Amino acid sequence: MPNTMQVSLVAADREVWSGEATVVNARTLAGEIGIMANHQPIMSVLAPGQVDVRTVDDGHWVAAVDGGFISVANNQVRLLCEYAELSHESDYEEAKRLLDERKARDESSAQG
Amino acid sequence: MAVSLREYRARIKSVESTKKITRAMELIAASRIIKAQQRAQQAAPYARELTRAVSALVTYSNVKHPLTTEPENPRRAAVLIVTSDRGLAGAYSSSVLKEAERLAERLRSEGKEVVTFIAGRKGEGYYRFRSRPVRETWTGFSDQPRYENARAIGEALIGAFVADTDSEDGVDEVHLVYTMFRSMLVQEPHSVRMLPLEVVEGEEKPDADEVLPLYEFEPSPQTVLDELLPKYVQSRIFFALLQASASELAARQKAMKSATDNAEELIKKYTQIANQARQAGITQEISEIVGGVNALADANAAAE
Repeated sequence: MPNTMQVSLVAADREVWSGEATVVNARTLAGEIGIMANHQPIMSVLAPGQVDVRTVDDGHWVAAVDGGFISVANNQVRLLCEYAELSHESDYEEAKRLLDERKARDESSAQG
Repeated sequence: MAVSLREYRARIKSVESTKKITRAMELIAASRIIKAQQRAQQAAPYARELTRAVSALVTYSNVKHPLTTEPENPRRAAVLIVTSDRGLAGAYSSSVLKEAERLAERLRSEGKEVVTFIAGRKGEGYYRFRSRPVRETWTGFSDQPRYENARAIGEALIGAFVADTDSEDGVDEVHLVYTMFRSMLVQEPHSVRMLPLEVVEGEEKPDADEVLPLYEFEPSPQTVLDELLPKYVQSRIFFALLQASASELAARQKAMKSATDNAEELIKKYTQIANQARQAGITQEISEIVGGVNALADANAAAE
């Protein structure tokens, strides 16, 4: 039996990542879940948070997701999220700027 | 004759500059349409996976959900019309509006009250000009829809559907009217009933021989379904918006191409007329001179 599995992280408007991996860690509504190869079929609701994946070539990536689903079947793991961003692709300055903008807007609307 | 010659020349010039504009718009639409198609392709994996998940869920668990239950006697139906924000796209907006009229007619004949939701400025303008009531409109994204737009629309429509029909806001059905992108040449207005959901339909259906795995649902099938179905609806709306934007660009490209062709014809015609006018002017001048010379010669001959 292979000890790797096919993983794909799919956002609403693009496929963020897909490839072979050995371990997937994610947070679901029921709690933390760790998936290795040949896991039993499961479908669960993801909580907003991070997804942690160890790839075959000893690589490792982390992605931020806003909730969504994880489905595991036939040694394939699919993570479906409306928004997902890989940590090494995300831009800290840009994210911070957006957060500040959003906060300012919320504050002004709270005052108005 | 000189005046009309100048007039024709001015007209040729103005048609030429119009042609430049329509030609530029044609090229812009053509380049954007490739991007729109790519976006539609990129969104496909999400829609496919979501459909698989929904069909697995519905096959292996007998849960009922408000979004899939048929109301007993539907009285009010919501219609979402996806139009464009900008014009100069030929019959694009008017044909989708016509399709919406047909659907509304049919719904009314079934005894349902029609509540209208609109995406795109053209549809908004059309309804406002006729002072027809519109529940909600969304504008500003018709050529590049983002997932947020679909989410906002989906939330409003699901909200209306879930609300009690006896109240002001509640509806029993949700229909969607948009333009399907068949090919660069063919785009057709299309109406579908979106809610209550008939799960697993259309082109994204998984193969019949594919055995769906026996999933375990966490925390419970009901919770997963509650989360999954609204996303499924939003993803279908997103799909419709992407189709509509590709169709809009294709329609615009086609319209602008025929405008450019027409401008070319006009220029050719005007150039011919202008040449004729110029030639007629020259001929007249010559005959005037010849006539004058003849008259002079006759007068001289008489004097001698």
